[in-house]
Amino acid sequence: MTQSARPGTGVSAPGAGAAPVLEARGVSKRYGARHAVRQVSLAARPGELLAIIGPNGAGKTTLLSILAGETRADGGTVSRRPEEIGWVPQQPALYGRLTVAENLRLFARLERCADVGAAVERMLAQTGLGDRAGDRVETLSGGNRQRVNVAIGLLSEPQVLLLDEPSTALDPGQRERLWEFLRGLLAGGTAVVYSTHNVQEAERHAHRVVVLADGEVVYVGSPRELEDVVGASGLGFETAFVEFLRRRGH
Amino acid sequence: MRWLLLKDLQILRRSPLLVALLVIYPIVVSVLIGLALSRAPEKPRVAILNQVPAGGEIISLGGEEVNTARYSEELFEAVDPVRVGSREEAMELVREGEVLGALIIPADITTKLQIGLEPATVEVLYNAEEPVKAQFVQDTIKSQVQDANAALTRKFTDVALDYLDLVVSGGDFSFLGRSFNVLGLGPAEQVLRQARAKVPPNSPEARQIQQVIDFGRLARQNLDLSDEVLSSVGEPIRVDARVVEGAGSTALSSFAVALAVTVSLMFVTLLLAAGTLALEREENAFRRLVRGLVSRTTLLAEKVGLAAACSSVVALLMLCGLALFVELDWARFPLWAAAAVAGALGFAAMGAAIGALAREVRAASLLAFMVSLPIAFLALVPSGAVSSGLYDATQVISALFPFDPALAALVAALDGSSDLLAPLVHLLVLALAFATAARLGLRRFG
Repeated sequence: MTQSARPGTGVSAPGAGAAPVLEARGVSKRYGARHAVRQVSLAARPGELLAIIGPNGAGKTTLLSILAGETRADGGTVSRRPEEIGWVPQQPALYGRLTVAENLRLFARLERCADVGAAVERMLAQTGLGDRAGDRVETLSGGNRQRVNVAIGLLSEPQVLLLDEPSTALDPGQRERLWEFLRGLLAGGTAVVYSTHNVQEAERHAHRVVVLADGEVVYVGSPRELEDVVGASGLGFETAFVEFLRRRGH
Repeated sequence: MRWLLLKDLQILRRSPLLVALLVIYPIVVSVLIGLALSRAPEKPRVAILNQVPAGGEIISLGGEEVNTARYSEELFEAVDPVRVGSREEAMELVREGEVLGALIIPADITTKLQIGLEPATVEVLYNAEEPVKAQFVQDTIKSQVQDANAALTRKFTDVALDYLDLVVSGGDFSFLGRSFNVLGLGPAEQVLRQARAKVPPNSPEARQIQQVIDFGRLARQNLDLSDEVLSSVGEPIRVDARVVEGAGSTALSSFAVALAVTVSLMFVTLLLAAGTLALEREENAFRRLVRGLVSRTTLLAEKVGLAAACSSVVALLMLCGLALFVELDWARFPLWAAAAVAGALGFAAMGAAIGALAREVRAASLLAFMVSLPIAFLALVPSGAVSSGLYDATQVISALFPFDPALAALVAALDGSSDLLAPLVHLLVLALAFATAARLGLRRFG
């Protein structure tokens, strides 16, 4: 059974009552006989940080790639076209032999940004990579590559940004800078949907979490509400999450 | 598409090893092929012991003097001759490896040639430690001796024919300084007819004279045929070359140039197309690009276009380089370009199909090599080298890949010995087919 948090019940969820900037209805995807994603519906509102969590193989990456328009769904609808959504894949999608600025410039041109130079300068400033603009991406650390990866996803100033496990390859310092950066986006009204297997990170940053298991949405709501549902208040979100999945047979 | 092209050119510019390989490889192939075509093989060092006394080289055949030194000079030009004074010296040089072989021309060779009762013999000594070079020496000497044999045989035949003509028709003949008049079978028949007219028609003398006349006529008629018989003996096997397949004959140099350029075109194009397409996936950029920024078809067209353009330029530069060594018809340059571009398009589409299957550049490059080499070898299997069924199979397989038509197109473009349109159409059909396969591959695996 899917339990949905009513709009506005999420802990400090912004944009409550506002129209969703991204909405998916009944999205399904099969690989052969296996259901990777089954009848998933969700919505993200302006300034909201929505975390998609679940065990390995739950379908998090497949769902995000469908929302991003990278993978074609077998069924269901997504309210926005791919080019209207910022997309940050798990592995940095960058050209190692091009510099940071050249990568940004290329994708800004492909995104048909009105002012390519301004878009590149803006993203260099936002990501704090101005001093590395002339460096080839292959010479950057994993954290800096991820920053460029995120910057490319934001070049067209999308209302929705999707990130697939953005902090996986980052050290704690880099991770903290990433969240600081994303908080800035949220403050500007951008909706951020991201997947992670780090439930503590989801508890700490997300307004709402979507729990996926075997391709199905089994919970949508705030982390605190999940603890209440399980009746494990005080034990911590991770324990509540594991218990929730166990009770549902996952 | 232009931004993607620009990006790929930037990446190529920053991949010096790859660019160096793509530039140096055709240059090296061009120079090697050019040198091989323009330089004669090095002459083997051969010791020569000529025991024929000075002035003894001239023999008299049928009253005509023939200088046999002419034939030995031709042989000496085919080798690097080292003159020696004795057989022992020649053997020593061969044994020590100073020369690859030795040729001993005995003193009685001209006498034997003149008398003609037994064949004249030359002796060849060689060092067998280097089998290839020893074979080269033997082949060189044999070839020259056969040339001399053929020339002398023709001379002997001419002399014999002159003698036969004398027997048939009669005439003057000179031998050992004395001149003779030979009546000949024809005039003898005339004399006998006149004599028969003077004896009674049914007398025994008339019958005997008639028998001699019949014999003479039969002998003359048969000896008239001996011209052709002797000519056949002098040259038992003649070569009558006729073209059965193809409109003309392709010069070896044109074929070698076309082959060198096709091989280079194949490697450069396949590696570029497969590598640049695989790079998009290796860098994880492919999925980002095709989610609305660029269509898969546009991406494919960009890779095929880039690879075809770069490799066409390389192929044409290669042809220009080879023109320094081999005579090529510059007036046919537009046809070279058409063949190079069509071949490049075929290979580029095939490379894109390979790149669509591979997820990384190394795998794509390896796959390109592994697929292309057997195809090139298959296309070069000559008819008759394998059974007809297997040959037909190689032809069918070759027709499914661009190497064979690209080679045919370049050969046709270089010397016009065959039709150019058919291989061009073949290449364009293959380009379309491989591009479709690549597009399906991108959808399936991308």
